[in-house]
Amino acid sequence: MSFIATPVTANNLCKDAQALKARGFRFVTMTCVETGPGEFDLIYHFDKDLDMVHWRLAATDREASPSLSTVYLAAFLAENEIQDQFGLRFADLAIDYQGKLYLDEEAGATPFCRFSRASITQTDSGGDTEGGQ
Amino acid sequence: MKTSILPFGPQHPVLPEPIHLSLTIENETVLEARPALGYVHRGLENLVAARDMHQMVQVVERVCGICSMIHAMCYCQALEEMLDIQAPPRAEYLRVIWSELHRIHSHLLWLGLFADAMGFESLFMQLWKIRERVMDINEATAGNRVIVSVNVVGGVRRDIDEDQVAMIEKELVTVEREVKQLSLTLLTDFTVKKRTKGKGVLTREQALELGAAGPTLRGSGVAQDMRQLGYAAFKDLDFEPVVETGGDSWARAAVRFKETLQSVDLVRQALAGLPQGDLAVKAKGKPEGEATARVEQPRGEVLYYIKANGTKHLDRLRIRTPTFANIPPLTVMLPGLELADVPVVVLSIDPCISCTER
Repeated sequence: MSFIATPVTANNLCKDAQALKARGFRFVTMTCVETGPGEFDLIYHFDKDLDMVHWRLAATDREASPSLSTVYLAAFLAENEIQDQFGLRFADLAIDYQGKLYLDEEAGATPFCRFSRASITQTDSGGDTEGGQ
Repeated sequence: MKTSILPFGPQHPVLPEPIHLSLTIENETVLEARPALGYVHRGLENLVAARDMHQMVQVVERVCGICSMIHAMCYCQALEEMLDIQAPPRAEYLRVIWSELHRIHSHLLWLGLFADAMGFESLFMQLWKIRERVMDINEATAGNRVIVSVNVVGGVRRDIDEDQVAMIEKELVTVEREVKQLSLTLLTDFTVKKRTKGKGVLTREQALELGAAGPTLRGSGVAQDMRQLGYAAFKDLDFEPVVETGGDSWARAAVRFKETLQSVDLVRQALAGLPQGDLAVKAKGKPEGEATARVEQPRGEVLYYIKANGTKHLDRLRIRTPTFANIPPLTVMLPGLELADVPVVVLSIDPCISCTER
């Protein structure tokens, strides 16, 4: 089964989500993937009767993305997590922890951003692809 | 009337998990509940940068102790899809056996904690006594009581022999009998009903709106269980989701109680149909692309998203655990409750914050 994520735009996200919700789709979660310095994919996962639909929204850390919590309140937790881990911001977030859902004041600003700490990623070369048990 | 904000948790005599709630109360009545997390966040998803895709099996097993095997199974299924390999039939049946044993001991653990939260200590001890039999099965078959560590990408790395099959079947007879003996107490006792009936109600519409998962979703009348997807050997087994319609704490407890007995039946079915054959296929190559996998944990649906780049390290691993999905529903379950009911209702979603924060 191949993974297909339909592209959506920031302008249409909430309107399209309203239509999806009206069709009975449940919000499952959303995933943030860093694609380059300051560039991210926001992947939205929905479900109806065990069938999943995935959407992909291109986002940057230079401007706030629309919050899906205005349509699906359940999205507030996932969006707050992304704010903590990747430093993105969401406009009109229903419950906004201001980047402090998990993080303390002294914590790194974007601990999940790979491109800002690339030196860490290549330090461990343990295991191989055919059974690193 | 003046309102107050009461900090509830992360340390609380009843709560086994470090979740914090800011409760806005008027006298003893909760008006608003706002959850807060961050006490056990480990950033395990980020270890994909330092551990290769095979080593990550051991990492995801440690997302949660109680459902460790099921985390690893879900992760392996996602990678197997990307590598276009299929675990052998025997491995799929063994995965069902160990995952349902995990569900039994998780539900018994929770039912015990739930009883303890209501001050019903003898029931708590009875349930945990039964649970020990399942932990003994885990130890006898996998060498460990909790983190059984049986999954590899491509199958499993431990087998169950005929003597162990007989031992499991014998133990399950006792587990089933002893669990059934507690049904009258657990589901009909006056005190239990007084503390749970009509408390923390989540309607079917609210459950869907707020993205609830697992027994929390099914306790509100939604017949959705990821085992219906037919992953591993579930496609060969007789299975229907357990559903209750009350939407309250009692309904969620009843779902878990009935699922405990259902899991006993599923283990028996899997043991009866256990095919001969290999335990694993070789996982060759380096995955590229994206995939998701979903399975049913004791607390509900877990989703794994994986992005791979053709190297032995994954680009991104994202785990959405069921408690993560069941925290937003707390914002509608708690308002209107008396303060004394809050711990029991919070517990009714079976919160696992270790899972949630990863």
